[in-house]
Amino acid sequence: MKVIFEKPKSLEDVTFHYCPGCTHGIIHRLIAEVIDELEIQEKTIGVAPVGCAVLAYDYFDVDMHEAAHGRAPAVATGIKRVHPKNVVFAYQGDGDLASIGMAEVVHAAARGEKITIIFVNNAIYGMTGGQMAPTTLVGQVTNTSPTGRDVEHSGYPIRVSEMLGSLVGPGNSMKRVSVHDPKHIGQAKKAIKEAFINQIEGKGFSLVEVLSTCPTNWGKTPVEALKWLEEKMLPYYPLGDFSPKEGV
Amino acid sequence: MNKVLMKGNEALAEAAVRAGCRYFFGYPITPQTELPQYLSKRMPEIGGVFLQAESEIAAINMVYGASGAGARVMTSSSSPGISLKAEGISYIAGAELPCVIVNMMRGGPGLGTIQPAQGDYFQATKGGGHGDYKLLVLAPASVQEAVDLTIQAFDLADKYRNPVMILGDGILGQMMEPVEFKLTENNELPVKEWATTGKKGRKKNIINSLYLQAEKLEQHVNRLADKFGEMEAKEQKAETYLTDDAEILLAAYGTTSRVCRKAVDMAREEGIKAGLFRPISLWPFPEYALQQVLGRVKGILTVEMSLGQMIEDVRLAVNGKVPTDFYGRVGGMVPTSRDVLEKIVAFREVL
Ligand SMILES: Cc1ncc(C[n+]2csc(CCOP(=O)(O)OP(=O)(O)O)c2C)c(N)n1
Ligand code: SF4
Ligand SMILES: [Mg+2]
Repeated sequence: MKVIFEKPKSLEDVTFHYCPGCTHGIIHRLIAEVIDELEIQEKTIGVAPVGCAVLAYDYFDVDMHEAAHGRAPAVATGIKRVHPKNVVFAYQGDGDLASIGMAEVVHAAARGEKITIIFVNNAIYGMTGGQMAPTTLVGQVTNTSPTGRDVEHSGYPIRVSEMLGSLVGPGNSMKRVSVHDPKHIGQAKKAIKEAFINQIEGKGFSLVEVLSTCPTNWGKTPVEALKWLEEKMLPYYPLGDFSPKEGV
Repeated sequence: MNKVLMKGNEALAEAAVRAGCRYFFGYPITPQTELPQYLSKRMPEIGGVFLQAESEIAAINMVYGASGAGARVMTSSSSPGISLKAEGISYIAGAELPCVIVNMMRGGPGLGTIQPAQGDYFQATKGGGHGDYKLLVLAPASVQEAVDLTIQAFDLADKYRNPVMILGDGILGQMMEPVEFKLTENNELPVKEWATTGKKGRKKNIINSLYLQAEKLEQHVNRLADKFGEMEAKEQKAETYLTDDAEILLAAYGTTSRVCRKAVDMAREEGIKAGLFRPISLWPFPEYALQQVLGRVKGILTVEMSLGQMIEDVRLAVNGKVPTDFYGRVGGMVPTSRDVLEKIVAFREVL
């Protein structure tokens, strides 16, 4: 019998704790498939965030390091400087990366640190129960923006890929992808793979921003959540390649 | 072996190199800046890494990553920077990782001053970061001792898988004294089977301080407590000076202990039987050694460049058996031996 579909080797055989319809699980799977395909499981070291993916160290079957909230790029830097031949990736949410950990990610990118960051943007603080994130859309209702995000009060959501793409660094790579339908999931996997390859080839810092759902805290069914991502998030967060231009 | 004249901060940096430290992450702050500056030249010469981080927060988290990856690693800072490192230090202790952290204390609170002080004793010995953890805290009183304790600090950190702090102050960091390095550059480092190196040929390793189940976290913290208990039993260090017949005992560490040693000599010249008790390990506080010198002691005068922090441990150690008094200067002011002598005389009158 020919096996046509199986669990990636780099994922542990355990049940994820993610809510039904949450796309964190899809993103985990894509990363694990990429690690398998590149045959780097034995030399990959992952850094888990503080956020809904805090238990990522139980899910990936590679060496893992649990960072403090927002500090994953600094922790990954420490690991990579000790083991430059290993592959080091960090998995971070939008509160983790774009709020409390903004300095760490900006400077890791500015140094051209040879690490890969998978940045899961779900426009909300999932783990703490649905507060406003730096990526929460204008008008979006959350537990700390009960009448919707007001730009007079809180300013505009941060476009991380564009911002990091403005930093000088020819080898750096910043791409935004989404996982709201199979076609986009395929593109997301390609971008994640390229981000790992960029590191393996020693070119520079790579970040893949993945637009993701949080049905629980968005107050939506899984299907509604995918639709909301497509209709509301895509216009503000265009997909594409935001890497610094050659010769900058 | 030849002695060389070196500044405290630079000698300490070289000691780290001799101890096999090959990774340094830090952020500039006076009065410790010579230490990173020295390593920015030295590390590349020996195939190590010096990286100036974007903040003390980033620096300590780079240490966290590098230590988890199995390296001998150090960071250094001064008071305000150590406050920023507190979160990371708690994680490193929680995840049971070795590293060496240097604090060349300056006056606080807040931005305070760049002048020397000892106001971070509580922060170093009683916490600083959140949760039940302890640092081994070593307080050198000379450049030579800073070198020796730094070399030991790396071994102790590896032995207990716990961060070790070298607690000095601006004077120790800035002053020049002759030093000798008693270790060669190539000593063998312990194997770290728990480190993140890639899981080739073994099960995966996880560096972590999260235990969501209360029972599990309690077990973990109790295990840490056993380790701290072992340190309390084995790692107390102190030096005594003229304590055999002492009636007035001075207690002081680091820079202040040098002032007090002189004050003891001056008191002896005036016929006062004074002695000095100098803790070298601040945590664990050397209570056994203190209890042993209490014989004829009628009173203990603790001298610090703070409002009185170590005196609390002195009081706990003597447990009301001996009257205690305190003399301190703050804000970057350093007590003089004459000031201390006056205080000894006044203290003796009320005993
Ligand atoms: C220093 C610190 N501050 C706050 C928290 C509480 N906290 C945990 S997760 C989180 C937000 C996570 O949101 P995000 O990074 O967007 O991840 P998500 O859960 O949405 O995947 C916060 C604020 C913490 N653990 N540590
Ligand atoms: S709270 Fe949101 S982000 Fe977290 S697991 Fe549930 S759906 Fe996913
Ligand atoms: Mg989020």
